[in-house]
Amino acid sequence: MSHSENHPAYLAHHFNDPAQQRDASKLGMWIFIMTEILLFGGLFLAYTVFRTLNPDMFYNAHKHLDLTLGTINTIVLITSSVTMALAIRSMQVGRKTQTLIFLFSTLALAAVFLVIKYFEYSHKFHLGQLPGRFYTYTGIEGTNPHIFFSIYFTMTGLHAVHIIGGMTVISMMVVRTFKNHFSAEYYTPLELTGLYWHLVDLIWIYLFPLLYLIG
Amino acid sequence: MSTIPEINYLNHPKGIKSWLMTLDHKRIGVLYLASILTAFLLGGIFAIMIRLELLTPGRDIMGPQTYNQVFTLHGAIMIFLFIIPGIPVALGNFVLPLMLGAKDVAFPRLNLASWYIYIAGALVALYAIFAGSVDTGWTFYTPYSTSTGGAVVAMTLAVFILGFSSIFTGLNFVVTIHKLRAPGMTWFKMPLFIWSVYATAIIQIMATPVLGITLILLALERIVGIGIFDPAMGGDPVLFQHFFWFYSHPAVYIMILPAMGVISELIPVFSHKKIFGYRAIAYSSFGIAFISFLVWGHHMFISGQSQLASMIFSFLTFLVAIPSGVKVFNWIATMYKGSIWLQTPMLYAFSFLFLFTIGGLTGLFLGTLATDVHLTDTYFVVAHFHYVMMGGTVMAFLGGLHYWWPKMFGRMYSIKWSRIGTALIFLGFNVTFLAQFVLGAKGMPRRYYTYLDQYRPLNFYSSVGSWILALGFIITAIYLIHSLRKGKPAGNNPWGGLTLEWTTTSPPPTENFKEPPILTHGPYDFDKIDVKPTA
Amino acid sequence: MANRAHAHSEHITPLRIYLTVGLALFVLTALTVMISKIHLGPWNAIVALGIASLKGLLVALFFMNLLYDKKIYMIIVSVALVVLAILIALTMADILRRGDVNDYEAGPIRREARIYDPNTGLPLKQGHAEPPAANATRDTTAVIHQPEARDTLNKSIKPEVVDPGTTGKEPD
Repeated sequence: MSHSENHPAYLAHHFNDPAQQRDASKLGMWIFIMTEILLFGGLFLAYTVFRTLNPDMFYNAHKHLDLTLGTINTIVLITSSVTMALAIRSMQVGRKTQTLIFLFSTLALAAVFLVIKYFEYSHKFHLGQLPGRFYTYTGIEGTNPHIFFSIYFTMTGLHAVHIIGGMTVISMMVVRTFKNHFSAEYYTPLELTGLYWHLVDLIWIYLFPLLYLIG
Repeated sequence: MSTIPEINYLNHPKGIKSWLMTLDHKRIGVLYLASILTAFLLGGIFAIMIRLELLTPGRDIMGPQTYNQVFTLHGAIMIFLFIIPGIPVALGNFVLPLMLGAKDVAFPRLNLASWYIYIAGALVALYAIFAGSVDTGWTFYTPYSTSTGGAVVAMTLAVFILGFSSIFTGLNFVVTIHKLRAPGMTWFKMPLFIWSVYATAIIQIMATPVLGITLILLALERIVGIGIFDPAMGGDPVLFQHFFWFYSHPAVYIMILPAMGVISELIPVFSHKKIFGYRAIAYSSFGIAFISFLVWGHHMFISGQSQLASMIFSFLTFLVAIPSGVKVFNWIATMYKGSIWLQTPMLYAFSFLFLFTIGGLTGLFLGTLATDVHLTDTYFVVAHFHYVMMGGTVMAFLGGLHYWWPKMFGRMYSIKWSRIGTALIFLGFNVTFLAQFVLGAKGMPRRYYTYLDQYRPLNFYSSVGSWILALGFIITAIYLIHSLRKGKPAGNNPWGGLTLEWTTTSPPPTENFKEPPILTHGPYDFDKIDVKPTA
Repeated sequence: MANRAHAHSEHITPLRIYLTVGLALFVLTALTVMISKIHLGPWNAIVALGIASLKGLLVALFFMNLLYDKKIYMIIVSVALVVLAILIALTMADILRRGDVNDYEAGPIRREARIYDPNTGLPLKQGHAEPPAANATRDTTAVIHQPEARDTLNKSIKPEVVDPGTTGKEPD
């Protein structure tokens, strides 16, 4: 099957031209982002309900989160967003090696995020600050302090699942970049991956103040 | 005399693998059609079992625990495996790209994935049925669902998986409609079915994720005991209902909007007249989609919701009647001074108009706080939603199926038997469910295994109606399946329609159109163009 | 060969924009952490969320390219946020007003009825009938006490004060 200038290999048969395909892909990705906003939005609702009903308990409980680690994680994730954006930009100007470097950096930073989260979680496991019926810690004032940790673990847990998913997709992009699937003309999968990753960062940007910065 | 094209999407390429790995939206549509009709059969069997049990008070064929499981499964299967995927996947998948003049949907691989995800969800649901089943009602209300035995987590997992199928289909359709229209097809030259499917897709995309998170929280509550729905742990069981109905109310508009889209196609064609109020109908689809997100609390009027919230929700609920009414009036205005052709699809369209109106009007009683207190959780509600879902969506689905059947399979079914099937379905449906309005108004609660003696006669009539209904469906299945082999070749345009799918062969070739279609007229320009139905 | 594909206007954001936005995000993070240590009461939450929204806007506009792309993507995000806002707002309309008692309807509640605060378990002052006056002879005499504090939904309806009378007839 030969591919002319007008019909490159990456163009699917039911699209007229690369621009149409790219626009369609991007539109699809933004619609997917819409679903993620509503998915996490449900958890934001749960948070709003329980913080409104238990304001003092939330304040007391949140003090037991490690603000330093949380702040570091925020910086880490923001940086990973920068490296992700730069990875795409590198491919926009056709620099394959640079793209790979930035993609690897993004993966590394994501891994750092997860490691820090692991430390945070294991500390809580150790203290008995666990969700729901596994909660055994006694040092927090207020009724039902386990509610805070149920919310905390659900929100950060679902977020961590999305980080892992994102890392998986970024790894796939590393492989495809290496295999020269992308170029300055065609880098749509990278772009879509970037959109997803920025969303993951964006969600954390909201999680951080809600969980760690209750005044 | 028409003939079936030698090479069409059905027979070429050949082999099971070519079907299971297909990227052709038409084949995926057929796969989906077979799947949802199987689900309908299973859900229907459960329905017959319910009505057999309710033939008389007391035990008829099963014990109370089993009965609870049977009505739960009837609801869950019908809703999640039949009616929510329903018209979009079985008819929309096939027709949408053809109507747009496109070669396929925007993401064919995602389309196939949607079907596989559907099958996966169906299999997990099947497993749940045998692994302890569920008796919570399809609504999974806490605290019962978080504390009861049974395969609740498995069933919620099944529904969670099915949710992805729904989201991906919606996503695919939105992008297809935005990007793959034929040259010359502006937004306001699209058939109205497309507008409805688009509005449906928006709901699928935005509401389903909230169901996803609801099910995750329910599962976590059961497994980890996070306690957000448990009052003993400071949680709120009514919060579950907010979460659940935020999806499930828009979901009922996922069910009805495509049906309304089908009716918008049938009525102009079978009145041989331009649709009245094209823009009004198009905008009303979006009006319905938007308002559908504002009214979920009307399922919770007696759950202990605050009075303020109840009043707000009741008021907003009245609003949704407006765009629905706009559609009904425009359809009737279309028929006025039209040349009505009483073919089977039109008979179903008439059924829809009559039955959906009854269903919609009875919704007003339920949306009004003062009357809802008496009618909620009675058979009045059961009758109401069966009138809109079955009298509405299923009738429209059957109408659409009978309309596009010749296009999909190249063959016409027996007109005589199709009329008999329609009549039996219409009759059976009304005998079954009209009685239930009265039962509910007289106070018979829903989801009850037994009932007081005074409700005997109406329950008896209702059960007899279910047998007539079943007979109608069986006859319909028989003549449709028979037509696949023995039906007369239908020709390109047996109904004289003006939308693009009728310009290609029946069945179409794999690439949809031999030549890329060029739009020369609007979808309902019966006043400008005369198209004779092919033999 | 490259020309046809490049005929579209794919915006390539300059490097300095990415780095500047990144820096701004760091600064805003530091800012929000510092402000959280100051006690501002309810304003803490508002300021924190405000800064978070600003950060989010920067990520969305520059990293996710919304500023330079087609407007439809911005519309999509906005619609999602509006729907989310509806979810939270209307649910909170229930949660926040759950304990509300409509005084007029609560009138006929028995004298001994008490409404309890779900959070503290202590009785609420409003919403229950006062004990009848000393000279009342019938239980159905209910003098409704109008609370000063929380609004009810039917302020305009004045509940009737029922006179027990001597006729022995049931009051309306």
